[in-house]
Amino acid sequence: MDQAALGEIRDLINRHKRWDLIFAAVGLLCLGIAALTFTALVIDMALDGAPRLSADFFTNFPSRRPAQAGILSAWVGSTLVMLVTAAAAIPVGVSAAVYLEEYAPKNLLTAIIEINITNLAGVPSIVYGLLALGLFVYAFGFGQSILSAGLTLGLLILPVVIVATREAIRSIPSAIREAAYAVGATKWGTTWDHVLPYSLPGIMTGVIIGMARAIGETAPIITIGALSFIAFLPPAPIQGEFPFLSFEWLMAPFTVMPIQMFNWTSRPEAAFHQNAAAAGLVLLLMTLSMNALAIYIRYQLRKRIKW
Amino acid sequence: MSKVAEGSLAASSMVVKAETKNLNFHYGSFHALKSINMPLYEKKVTALIGPSGCGKSTYLRCFNRMHDLYPGNRYDGEIKLYPDNTNLLHAHVDPIEVRMRISMVFQKPNPFPKSIYENVAYGLRVRGERKASIVDEKVEQALRGAALWDEVKHRLKDLAFNLSGGQQQRLCIARALATEPEILLFDEPTSALDPIATASIEELIADLKGKLTILIVTHNMQQAARVSDYTAYMYLGEVIEFDVTDTIFIKPKNKATEDYITGRFG
Repeated sequence: MDQAALGEIRDLINRHKRWDLIFAAVGLLCLGIAALTFTALVIDMALDGAPRLSADFFTNFPSRRPAQAGILSAWVGSTLVMLVTAAAAIPVGVSAAVYLEEYAPKNLLTAIIEINITNLAGVPSIVYGLLALGLFVYAFGFGQSILSAGLTLGLLILPVVIVATREAIRSIPSAIREAAYAVGATKWGTTWDHVLPYSLPGIMTGVIIGMARAIGETAPIITIGALSFIAFLPPAPIQGEFPFLSFEWLMAPFTVMPIQMFNWTSRPEAAFHQNAAAAGLVLLLMTLSMNALAIYIRYQLRKRIKW
Repeated sequence: MSKVAEGSLAASSMVVKAETKNLNFHYGSFHALKSINMPLYEKKVTALIGPSGCGKSTYLRCFNRMHDLYPGNRYDGEIKLYPDNTNLLHAHVDPIEVRMRISMVFQKPNPFPKSIYENVAYGLRVRGERKASIVDEKVEQALRGAALWDEVKHRLKDLAFNLSGGQQQRLCIARALATEPEILLFDEPTSALDPIATASIEELIADLKGKLTILIVTHNMQQAARVSDYTAYMYLGEVIEFDVTDTIFIKPKNKATEDYITGRFG
């Protein structure tokens, strides 16, 4: 190849490579927009809220005086609601997913159900709130309680749990199922001894990501009537005397973190806005630590399983 | 037990462990196995050979009703298991019962992501064996039977995935042996293994012969010649020729078999 032809090829390559540069620059810019906006928000909230973060902030009830107001009832409420959410969504979601993947006959009805589960994940959360108001609060008579809120959010994250569980179940190679069947296991034996344990990392990840979404939900909780000013705690689940366990807290009125925030931001005083920023920071940390936990669990459990 | 003496097949009379009678198999509308008739002799190794797609694995998987796991499959005809004369394919025979009697080793090693011990013990647990001393004993027996005991006896609690490919396959054989099956099915057990691991599996099959009935699918003809007593050549879902392995490889009666054996086809 002579020098002229070689030069031409090099020019061509350089011209084509320019697109690599251009796209890398555009991509970096796009990434920057997303990351910077988030970072700016967090920093702004941290600057506003961080000075309010103290032990008192976590142990005080809301108050008319911003300097004494705290998030005790809100974080306790959020925690208890999340407990109910998990207790409702995990067994129902995992069972539904196992049924769909392992047991359901492959027919039109199953296909319709499958498509609609994915659609359910896209239903606006306020619609779940309206449903819950009619169903849990009035029809079942649970009232404006932790139980109603937990069930509502459980319903809200059910599609996420089902989809995550199905993905996890599907990622198990059929060779593993066949191995279990080949030694004489029943369908339930195969599911219980193999399918569920091996899909646990995926299930846990889905559940925690769903919960991280639920803990920040405001609209459905307002719809079912959470109170924004609560200066008492629900009855403790563990009692000093027989029978030691109490479920009265399930029926207690409550508030949750996002509602407490919403309440403070709607006040005119700037000091309450600082409280809202501090509560936002706490809520963000709760969400991020849940996501971190999901990543950690997936990483730990995946280490055992290679296929 | 029914005895047959087929002069063309064997000089002495053999005990038939299972007999396939007019077996037809359909995957949906695809007629995968066509009128298969052949015996399986007790405590002998029978090999199924033939080009890819000839139905040899499909036939093998009829023996433990693996096809029942997937919709749209249909068996016609019977596979009689002796001495109790059970038709394995009959709709009233539970596939789980069949799999409790007939074990299988797959193409690729497929140990469970559990410990070495638990892999072998699983079949016993499925059968309701809860007594630790009995499970321990049978696990050791099975691992010895699969020529793996000496390599793993000090690390039974290790994950099965930490074993080499050949060791994993021997672990799968141990898992299949632990339940003392009447027939052991091998579906191309060495196709995912290197030559040294392949040799160790073949040696193991030679050891097992005489203890239990083995049916092996292989597309390695040398392997069939080395390990089996009987060979069936299959093509397009039919058994073209079934005979003593030496006869199949030295003087096959069918021209198609001869073409395949000599490498002119396939």
